[in-house]
Amino acid sequence: MTVSAKERTPVADPVVPGLVVEGLRKRYGDHTAVDGVSFSLAPGASLAIVGESGCGKTTTVRMLVGLERPDGGTVRLDGRDRSARPRGRAERLARAREIQMVFQDPYLSLDPRVSVSGCLDEVLRLHTGLGPAGRRARVAELLDQVGLGAREASALPRGLSGGQRQRVAIARALAVEPRVLVLDEAVAALDVSIQAQILELLGAIRRESGIGYLFVTHDLAVVRHIADEVLVLKSGQVVETGPASRVLDTPEHPYTRLLLNSVPHRSHPRPGR
Amino acid sequence: MTTTTSPAPYRRPGLRRLRVLGQGPMFTVSVAVLVALVLVALLAPVLAPYDPEALDLASSLVGTGADHLLGTDQSGRDVLSRLLHGARTGLLGPLLVVTVSTLLGTLIGVVAAWRGGWADTVLSRSMDMVFAIPGLLLAILLVTVVGSGMTAPVIAMAVAYTPYVGRLVRGIARQEKARPYIEAYRVQGWSGWTVSVRHLLPNIAPTVLAQSAMNFGYALMDLAALSYLGFGVQPPTADWGAMINEGQSAVQQGAMLPALAPSACIVLAVVAFGIVGEGLADRIAKRER
Repeated sequence: MTVSAKERTPVADPVVPGLVVEGLRKRYGDHTAVDGVSFSLAPGASLAIVGESGCGKTTTVRMLVGLERPDGGTVRLDGRDRSARPRGRAERLARAREIQMVFQDPYLSLDPRVSVSGCLDEVLRLHTGLGPAGRRARVAELLDQVGLGAREASALPRGLSGGQRQRVAIARALAVEPRVLVLDEAVAALDVSIQAQILELLGAIRRESGIGYLFVTHDLAVVRHIADEVLVLKSGQVVETGPASRVLDTPEHPYTRLLLNSVPHRSHPRPGR
Repeated sequence: MTTTTSPAPYRRPGLRRLRVLGQGPMFTVSVAVLVALVLVALLAPVLAPYDPEALDLASSLVGTGADHLLGTDQSGRDVLSRLLHGARTGLLGPLLVVTVSTLLGTLIGVVAAWRGGWADTVLSRSMDMVFAIPGLLLAILLVTVVGSGMTAPVIAMAVAYTPYVGRLVRGIARQEKARPYIEAYRVQGWSGWTVSVRHLLPNIAPTVLAQSAMNFGYALMDLAALSYLGFGVQPPTADWGAMINEGQSAVQQGAMLPALAPSACIVLAVVAFGIVGEGLADRIAKRER
């Protein structure tokens, strides 16, 4: 305990670039949802967190974005701690610009009363000093980046399909130009053909922007497509971690093998081929 | 139970009734009744053929006729004129009660839901305490302190209705707060206050409004009951509850209208508010699906 406290003195600590998570812990009553999870995500890298439902993967990323407070452990981005409650508005906004999140269900993650352009405009108003004209241009740019046009811009969420809504959610997350994008089962609620399109889009965005991805999923075919590295969670603990191809092709931990064997079919429609 | 008769399409039993309440004629009629009530209340001085408080003991308990469409009461006052003017106090009281309890209850409910933890515990337990005090009793207590009239019953009812609104708002606000779109705003870095006022509140407002419509009816009834008991609006001011009280003795003399007419008005208003409130709630439920 005393040793780790000494290690954490900011002056002595060399700044590790990217996202560094150490010994993350969260309890709900008697149940330990996340039990000492550590990993790191280099800038621009892509890590998939896999595991069955209830393994703590969603709780883990919710602590990273600040929707839950960890009971123990640290989350740091480029050396800046973000595990404690933010002190004041400036820190809250700075943290928001570090990590953004795309939620699982695009039918629930957009405010039903706010139009697509309004939803993007809000974020820009909060985070940038752009004037109305500048924001309009940036909204158009963001929509273009996710493959949406002027027709969708004026629509309310209820006028859009699931895939289109998820594109809006992605644009909204990109609006602050985050360092890391957390995607919590971001394609799980979509049709398979739409899934492929969204994964393709996410791949293109990462190549262009260099944003790091943290992809929470239970779908191993998705992992192969999107992630460089994989982290396997079981009952809130990391059981295996490594490069995606290695973990998927030659899993070392029995639980990972079990996960791989429980996939009904290994061939998943891959976009672009 | 399997039957051999031709299979009729299965219908959920409550569905037809809901449709009548939600969009059918009952809802429309109820809205019309409420609009009429408001107009009557606003235009009472113009519409009323007589001064509602003018005594004319010579023409006590005159039956229906061309001079007095609904007859006169024991003191010879025109029942119709009193009914029309009674709509003013009848609606003003509940309006104040509902406005105050809705604002206060919404504030308490949203704060309890958003902050959670000890704030939620303190607010929820405080609401439970107010729940435990019957509203009418509170009103009667307050009347003995402040004196009879409209003020004490309105304050008491506003206090008594606040926890109903607060509990409802706390429940739906907690649900709404857990929705990803609210969480997305939090991840964007908005303050809790901004998210709850700008995004959470407008999305739960329709449900709160539907409840307020129903509360309006209940408050109207409670305030009428207090006036009937003599704690509320005092004679000679025209008030439906007080009119029933005054008309009671006339019933024994065979004149039903002085008591029956205000009773009918109260029933009509309460039922109309109930149907409109339920209809609004159904529409919201339908839209959410």
